[in-house]
Amino acid sequence: MNIGNHWLTAAAVALATLTTAAHADTARVAAAADLRYAFAELQPLFEKARAPHKLELVLGSSGKFMQQLENGAPFDIFFSADVAFPKKLVASGKAIAPVTTYAFGRIVLWSATVDATRLTLKELDKPEFRHIAIAAPDHAPYGARAKEALEHSGMWPKVQGKLVFGENISHTAQLIDKQAAEIGIVALSLAVNTALKSKGGYALIPADFHQPLEQAYAVTAYGQNNAAARAFAQFMSSKEARQVMTGYGFVLPGEVPQ
Amino acid sequence: MTSLTPGEWQAIWLTAKLAGLTTVILLILCAPLAWWLSRSSSRLANPVAALVSLPLVLPPTVIGFYLLIVLGPQGAVGGTLEALGLHHLAFSFWGILIGSVIYSMPFTVQPLREAFAAIDTRLLDAAATLRAGRLDRFFNLVLPLSRSGILTAVVITFAHTVGEFGVIAMLGGSLPGETRVVSIAIYDYTQALDYGAAHRLSAILLGFSFVTLLLFYAINQRVMSPLKPR
Repeated sequence: MNIGNHWLTAAAVALATLTTAAHADTARVAAAADLRYAFAELQPLFEKARAPHKLELVLGSSGKFMQQLENGAPFDIFFSADVAFPKKLVASGKAIAPVTTYAFGRIVLWSATVDATRLTLKELDKPEFRHIAIAAPDHAPYGARAKEALEHSGMWPKVQGKLVFGENISHTAQLIDKQAAEIGIVALSLAVNTALKSKGGYALIPADFHQPLEQAYAVTAYGQNNAAARAFAQFMSSKEARQVMTGYGFVLPGEVPQ
Repeated sequence: MTSLTPGEWQAIWLTAKLAGLTTVILLILCAPLAWWLSRSSSRLANPVAALVSLPLVLPPTVIGFYLLIVLGPQGAVGGTLEALGLHHLAFSFWGILIGSVIYSMPFTVQPLREAFAAIDTRLLDAAATLRAGRLDRFFNLVLPLSRSGILTAVVITFAHTVGEFGVIAMLGGSLPGETRVVSIAIYDYTQALDYGAAHRLSAILLGFSFVTLLLFYAINQRVMSPLKPR
């Protein structure tokens, strides 16, 4: 009888293990480059809270991921910096509704060499700023919003000859960090990172200078059966995740921006 | 040097796997092709040689772009695979393997072709009169006589594939363990402002490339094409 019981227990344990294994997934996440530091912090929190689910983060410009997903790239969930991209993917059947807004981003003037904390866009035509870095406006949402802000302040024609373009917002920060450009417009979520905050400093660009940086995610058609992707989507609305996102300067849905 | 992270090891292993498989596939594909090119007086020989050499002059973005179209879900190859219930090849290891085979092909064909061309026809004729069959002649005469050319092809094909970037960036994206080879990982690390990791991997590639070229020149100072016209 004892032996029989042992077998039963063993079988139950094996079954339980198998069931858990079947539900343990790794979600391959395509994440907009402005999420780099926030998601690096969220990943271990998620993997602890929703073990044994795991994440595999790939960062880049939202436009590039949109193009890759249109061409069949195997991402399970897409966190875009612009709500328009996941909406287009849903329309073309490459992603699954709903498209969920998870944050509103902000852009800042940032420099690694001069104190930018009191600077405004109006001062960008000063001769000491020989190069101004922004993200490529045609496929990087933060670049598109930077261009709008420059146009709004009437600086676009004056600075056009000085612009250098990063492939995505993280690359743009790299151009400034490596002093290929004296100043530039990057995401607040990158500028608040401790490694970058210690240099130069940043100044917020008023949110009404540009279209809102409404950032949204969607589970892809490829990832529709991936449990980890669904779990991570749910996790984004948890108190824990919202705290991290707020820490990186994101305004969250349902909150009043300062 | 500080030790490598699991992600960095993964990129190195993936790169070695890609370059190794590319080299094996190209040797098998290019041996008959190079033999034909070295002996043929066909009018097709020049167009074929030009076609094979295209990756030398085409920007990798052009190769990557066309391959993405052909191997992707709507492409001729990718679409057919999808229709058969298989998976298309864009953003996969098999996709970048096909890309690498095309991209590195001239670096295999050229040394082999030159080595084969240098073989004295009279030796082959003599072997034939001694009733050595075609395959017998190829494996026991041609291959031993073109040792240095084959070794050159192996070293340069492997090294050139390790140095590939543009084709993989277009066709493979940057998927860890799947398409994120060392060159792509370095690019990602610089974008992440993780210069420590970028330095580590770059130093490894620099050392590897230098040693490879040293090996290349040691093997045979005579066969330098396609790097230098003879």
